[in-house]
Amino acid sequence: MKLKKHLYYTFMIISSLLVAFIPFPNGGENVESQVIDIQASQFQFEPGMIRVSAGDQITINLSAMDVTHGLYIDGYEHELRADPGQTASFTFTADQGGSFRFRCSISCGALHPFMIGKIQVGPNLTLYRGVGFSVIAVLALFFRSKF
Amino acid sequence: LTKRNILEMPFIKNVLISRWPQLIGRGAALAVFILVIISGLFGTPVGNRNISIVLIWIAWWAALILVLVPFLGRSWCSICPLPLPGEWIQQGTVLEPRTRKRGVSKNWKWPKKLRNIWLQNGSFALMALFSAVILTKPAVTAWLLLGMIAVAIVMSVLFERRAFCRYLCPVGGFIGLYSLISPVELRIIEQDVCRDHKIKTCYSGNENGYGCPWNVYPGALQLNTNCGACFECLRTCPHDNIAINIRGFKNDLSKPKAIKLDESFKAILMLGSATVYSAVMLGPWGNIKTAAFSIGTGSWWIFAGLFLVFNFLILPALFYLSVNIAQPRFSSGPPLKHAFKAFSAALIPLGLGAWAAFSLSFVFTNGSYLWGVISDPMGLGWNLLGTAGASWTPYLSNITPILVMAALVMGLIGAGQTAIKVTIKDQKLGKPWPILLFCFVITVGLLWLLVG
Repeated sequence: MKLKKHLYYTFMIISSLLVAFIPFPNGGENVESQVIDIQASQFQFEPGMIRVSAGDQITINLSAMDVTHGLYIDGYEHELRADPGQTASFTFTADQGGSFRFRCSISCGALHPFMIGKIQVGPNLTLYRGVGFSVIAVLALFFRSKF
Repeated sequence: LTKRNILEMPFIKNVLISRWPQLIGRGAALAVFILVIISGLFGTPVGNRNISIVLIWIAWWAALILVLVPFLGRSWCSICPLPLPGEWIQQGTVLEPRTRKRGVSKNWKWPKKLRNIWLQNGSFALMALFSAVILTKPAVTAWLLLGMIAVAIVMSVLFERRAFCRYLCPVGGFIGLYSLISPVELRIIEQDVCRDHKIKTCYSGNENGYGCPWNVYPGALQLNTNCGACFECLRTCPHDNIAINIRGFKNDLSKPKAIKLDESFKAILMLGSATVYSAVMLGPWGNIKTAAFSIGTGSWWIFAGLFLVFNFLILPALFYLSVNIAQPRFSSGPPLKHAFKAFSAALIPLGLGAWAAFSLSFVFTNGSYLWGVISDPMGLGWNLLGTAGASWTPYLSNITPILVMAALVMGLIGAGQTAIKVTIKDQKLGKPWPILLFCFVITVGLLWLLVG
């Protein structure tokens, strides 16, 4: 019984550390430049979901279709503002992997705080790690119930 | 964890027995709610510039879901201002209890058939259907609060005690359910003392306090669900037989018959609503947001129909299927309804984890709106504290996904532990694994919605 418990805790600690820290390839081998046109209107970005590879040089052209809109990318903390009928741009290097929300940063109406899109840079490691921890939690509960 | 009665500390006991600290808390909360209502009705219609939206749906909601309910159970109900005017009218006094009845109330008993939380399930679902508007339009939030105060007054004038809080409040229902997790409980110390005390002043009241406003006999209190943390029993018990214990998390969940069918559906509804909100409010799908916001249009009816079907049909059916699979084959287990109720306890930590994750996803992002509205509550160009010009600044955007993930995984762990404990206490229920699989699938779905 004691050996089983030792094995259990060892397995849980090692697997948790692996899930938390194991480096995944981020798919940034073929770096390229991308231009992404985003149209902002109350209360959505079009396209709302963008995928790029890690290391890509990204130029975002934001066009405001109705009222003034902004675009702020979580994690990257880049921001730009486009007035109605105008297009604003910025360029950045997608050097952080994962899924990031981008949001309207200029108050544009009732649903403004929920005007959200997402950009995925390479694989979404936070999601994978979250699923990994969930699997470990289920396994831990299963084995724990056996002794 | 060994229980520890914090009333053994004289300071805490004196603070809770005295009516003044609670009245000050309630008075402050009422003042803030009045400000919220005035601001909602007469201030700017821009939600993030109006204190009614920022204070209620960002600050208060975050405090409730992330701190008050998980750690202090129904502590919010202790100072909630919504039933106050009605209670004052009912009791005919603001502070000290009157020895002679002077309040205005018919004091009818609440109908027996409605002594459950089905109405609260309905009121929450109704609110959820209009949430995109309630959460973003200050005037709607103000009217909602005014409406709740008005209904609470009517119910206090017609029915005895706090019928509104116990049977109708859309918030009270889930606070009660989630407070089963909280590590604080109010219980009696010695059962014999209560048995020998014939007058039951904790229920009927005396010169020191009111009979339990939540219509609970504290001597039989086993669960946190219906204890409103008003502390009246603390004041009325002549034998000093009330304890407020610090205990382990989730202590109530695996107790026999902890969850009734109406509460099972509340647990499912809360879990389903967190999932739908995560998709609608925080997802990248603008069409769904517009549908949820455009009340009365065809797309809104589709949204409303899908919301109701998901929460009252699909999710309960999937959970029912899991319970069915969990039950032992070829042997006489307990009725499926009993197993459904018992296993639904697992959905409580899962649901609280889901709401915590949902709240974390927008609280840090939108928290900085608070600085602007405390200087200019109505969005009229004031600058009372010099912070009106504070710009929108998302906080902790790098670590928010990790916190969201942690909340969801902790919810899953809590759900699994509960499901296992429930089957250990009643082995006839079957195996917990199908329930755990159900919880795992929901967790992965929420992970995808919130950090995917």
